[in-house]
Amino acid sequence: MMSSAFDAVIPMLCVTLAGLVVLLAEAFMRKDEKMPIAPLGLIGLAGAAVASVLLWDRNTESFGVVSGDNFGLFVNLVLVAVGALTIIFSTQTVERDGLPAGEYYAMVLFAIVGMMLMGQATDLLVIFLALETMSIAVYILTGIRRDMQQSTEAAFKYFLLGAFASSFFLYGIAFLYGTTGTTNIDEMSTRIAAQSMSGNPMILLGIGLLIVGFAFKIAAVPFHMWSPDAYEGAPAVITGFMSTGVKAAAIAAFVRVFLKGLDPMIADWAPILWWIAALTMIVGTVVGVAQTSLKRMLAYSSIAHGGYLLAGLVAGNEVGKAAILFYLAAYALTNLGAFGVIALIGNRERANDDLRDYAGLYHTHPALAALMAFFLLSLGGFPPTAGFIAKWYIFSAAIGSGYYGLAIIGVLSSVVSVFFYLRIVVMMYMTDRDARPVPAPISSLAMGGLVVAMLGVLYLGVLPTRLIEFAQQSISTIF
Amino acid sequence: MIGLLTLAIVTPIIGSLLLLLIPNRDGSKDGLIRTLAFAVSMIAFAVTLVLWASFDASASAPAFQFVERSSWIPQFGIEYYLGIDGLSLMLLVLTGFLTPIALLSSWHSVDKKIKEFSIFMLLLEASMIGVFCALDIFLFYVFWDFVLIPMYFLIGIWGYDQRIYAAIKFILYTMAGSVLMLVAIIGLSWLHQSATGEYSFDLLKLYELTIPQGTQYWFFLAFTLAFIIKVPLFPFHTWLPDAHVQAPTPGSVILAGVMLKMGGYGLIRFAFPLFPEAALYFAPLLATLSVIAIVYGALVAMVQPDMKKLVAYSSVSHMGFVILGIAASNMQGIQGASYQMLAHGVSTGALFCIVGMLSDRRHTRLISEFGGLKTHMPRLTAVMLIITLSSIGLPGMNGFIGEFLIMLGAFKWDPRFVVVAALGVILSAVYMLWMFQRVFYGKVTNSHNKGLPDLSFREWAIVGPLAAAAIAMGVAPNVFLKPMEPAVQRIVDRVQSRQPLETAEAVIPYSARPKPKEPDRKPQAPSPKPRPASIEVAQ
Repeated sequence: MMSSAFDAVIPMLCVTLAGLVVLLAEAFMRKDEKMPIAPLGLIGLAGAAVASVLLWDRNTESFGVVSGDNFGLFVNLVLVAVGALTIIFSTQTVERDGLPAGEYYAMVLFAIVGMMLMGQATDLLVIFLALETMSIAVYILTGIRRDMQQSTEAAFKYFLLGAFASSFFLYGIAFLYGTTGTTNIDEMSTRIAAQSMSGNPMILLGIGLLIVGFAFKIAAVPFHMWSPDAYEGAPAVITGFMSTGVKAAAIAAFVRVFLKGLDPMIADWAPILWWIAALTMIVGTVVGVAQTSLKRMLAYSSIAHGGYLLAGLVAGNEVGKAAILFYLAAYALTNLGAFGVIALIGNRERANDDLRDYAGLYHTHPALAALMAFFLLSLGGFPPTAGFIAKWYIFSAAIGSGYYGLAIIGVLSSVVSVFFYLRIVVMMYMTDRDARPVPAPISSLAMGGLVVAMLGVLYLGVLPTRLIEFAQQSISTIF
Repeated sequence: MIGLLTLAIVTPIIGSLLLLLIPNRDGSKDGLIRTLAFAVSMIAFAVTLVLWASFDASASAPAFQFVERSSWIPQFGIEYYLGIDGLSLMLLVLTGFLTPIALLSSWHSVDKKIKEFSIFMLLLEASMIGVFCALDIFLFYVFWDFVLIPMYFLIGIWGYDQRIYAAIKFILYTMAGSVLMLVAIIGLSWLHQSATGEYSFDLLKLYELTIPQGTQYWFFLAFTLAFIIKVPLFPFHTWLPDAHVQAPTPGSVILAGVMLKMGGYGLIRFAFPLFPEAALYFAPLLATLSVIAIVYGALVAMVQPDMKKLVAYSSVSHMGFVILGIAASNMQGIQGASYQMLAHGVSTGALFCIVGMLSDRRHTRLISEFGGLKTHMPRLTAVMLIITLSSIGLPGMNGFIGEFLIMLGAFKWDPRFVVVAALGVILSAVYMLWMFQRVFYGKVTNSHNKGLPDLSFREWAIVGPLAAAAIAMGVAPNVFLKPMEPAVQRIVDRVQSRQPLETAEAVIPYSARPKPKEPDRKPQAPSPKPRPASIEVAQ
């Protein structure tokens, strides 16, 4: 393969191109013509996946601000999986809910472009750019059901708070630039180390503001207020997309900025993140217990999972960095699977996301119930699922750095979370009332997507070696 | 080539996959599914018997036999590492023996979703076998945690009225204990890493680790909490009456027969030998709790109006003896504890089966509803008498050997505990015989009890082997004690060669990461001095 300045951005180019084609395809389509748009997006994602695999181990760089290192490529592959599953589940819901297909898929793809850029960017300004690209697309997707008041409200809330957080983030960049004179992450690291800026109030302020921005995006406590509302209002597939894709991208950038650029300051920011991680795990699980809407419940659950990811970041060791990557992959498959089931059970008028809607699901849809139970057990961290290995990996990192307290909070909060995951299982399996009938038969494509996610979760739970190896390779080149 | 141990684990899994393939929406294939599940569990039982037959019980034999190991997650030194000594062997045989019986006992009492039921039972068996033969502590934890899932469904779907509450309480309670053990397991692997430069979850390597005192203190507590919740030891026993009473009969049989033993096994295999100093330090506390459990369990059992609850509390009392024996950590104590686990598995399994039979007939388990059953069911009464006597610990029955050895061991250690524990022996006679008398003797006071059918052929097949085992274990205890002897000897040597912790400082070996990029952890001083009871492995 020829090497050029564009190498590192090829995966993003593939997805951007697909997004543009999707938009055009709909624009040129006749009114009554039915054309499958979703496959176009899948092709673009496949291209991105192939490009990421080909770029593996080559450490390319584009324009000095986008890096094609293994870390970013690993995140790319996770995002491709997230995008592909999202599109597959959407094929059923877009038609069912009468959503504008062209805009919908294009926004999903553009959001993925932003996410990929977040994982690959090595400059704070580019990260900000990526953050905005991703966020704007996701704001639109949240409110894409314009016929539903709840959806519009959620989007507006998300947009207002998100814009606020973005400005915090930008402000943080400004402070860091002011003290270090650079926005490049590598350069920043060397300058901070050389001048021993620990304790400098300006840089601390900058770090604090960056933490606010990132914490908002991954919905970490106390910056999580938007997420239950946004998650509940958005269509279920998009909720799954937000809770995995946005989180993966934000965490990837978080790791890169903090463990690379601000690593010399770790003694200053680790205690702050320790508290955020602990609070996130506790609040996410404890408040999750009180929810009766499945979407809200899983919203709090994904807040808690953000806390586990932060625990890996606080640990900050080699194990932690790889563990975060592994966790992202495991969590993406599991959570998307769970939201996929929720999406398939809803209908146009009603999202069917109340706990009671799941009563006796096992009798009407044994396969869906079994898949849901499996995903929930993985979220709860039971062996032999990916969720168990991921949790073990993260807590192993925390303990390796001596953070026993964080690990203990983590494992105990995961027991609390098991309580509400099992409430859903109880509803599906142990109550006898029949579930509300699902109007549309579930397409074999969507079902196939669920089964693939399930097999992936099982594979990572039983034979995690390969992915652990990739995760370790991913961090070896940059950190 | 797969080893016998893998075969024992895989057989039920394959069986459950086969069952999954049988379409049974309308319940027309229930008979086939029941037979197939029973056949699979019999094959697994046969495998455990083959293991027993080919096990080398001589003192010169390698400590762990039928060893299988292959790399699983090499980055962290996690292996698929199986092997058994005499202790694991006997528990494997118990598991193999009780599962077919539990399945048979379900043929009448479980009448819906037979397919799913059988699948969960077989998965449960596979994971319990895994627990008893895993030598990699990570693998052990995987099996240990997985056991909860099938049991949760068994209680929650096929249980009685309060099943959901009981199922959730069961899983949360036991999980809360186990996750702290997970933290300690991870901590151990890091300790090994800092001592030797590589991660390991290999139990035998971890035995060789020199663990600082403060660390032992906390890790022992974490491990022990997980195990004593499972046993369950007073005051962590509250999940047990709920789970037992609400579980369907086969669930209760497995829960009492095998799953409680996982706790005792864990203490003997992991908590005591891994942290001997801490174990000796905490032994008096454990023993105190255990005698409380013995007396408290017996007293509460005495006043239960519900037979199943009575048997459940009697388990608390009997398992208290197991902990007492382990706490004594001498030869008689641990041997007695191991034996008591087997004996309790057989007699309590049988008690739950018989209570299940009565409740199948009358749909009630209240003692006051019965009376004078002997008139109509002389055979069932006879079998129940045998089991009752074995549970009480009548000499010549299985319960006697275990309790006697435990009290012998505990007496050598600290006679004060035995004084209280002996009360439990008397009380167990009181509550068991009193129940027996009220249910089976006297006049038939309730007209519903007239004309109840006696044991059917299938029921004979359930209680016959159990009663036979109860007698055989009482008459020829050496058959069962002999294979366990070398294993117990090694563990006792290991624990007794140490001194208890003197001061329990709450120190963790490495503190929070102070500075980046500097491996600040002090490497543990390697301990080259050979242990008196180092354990070698047969490859």
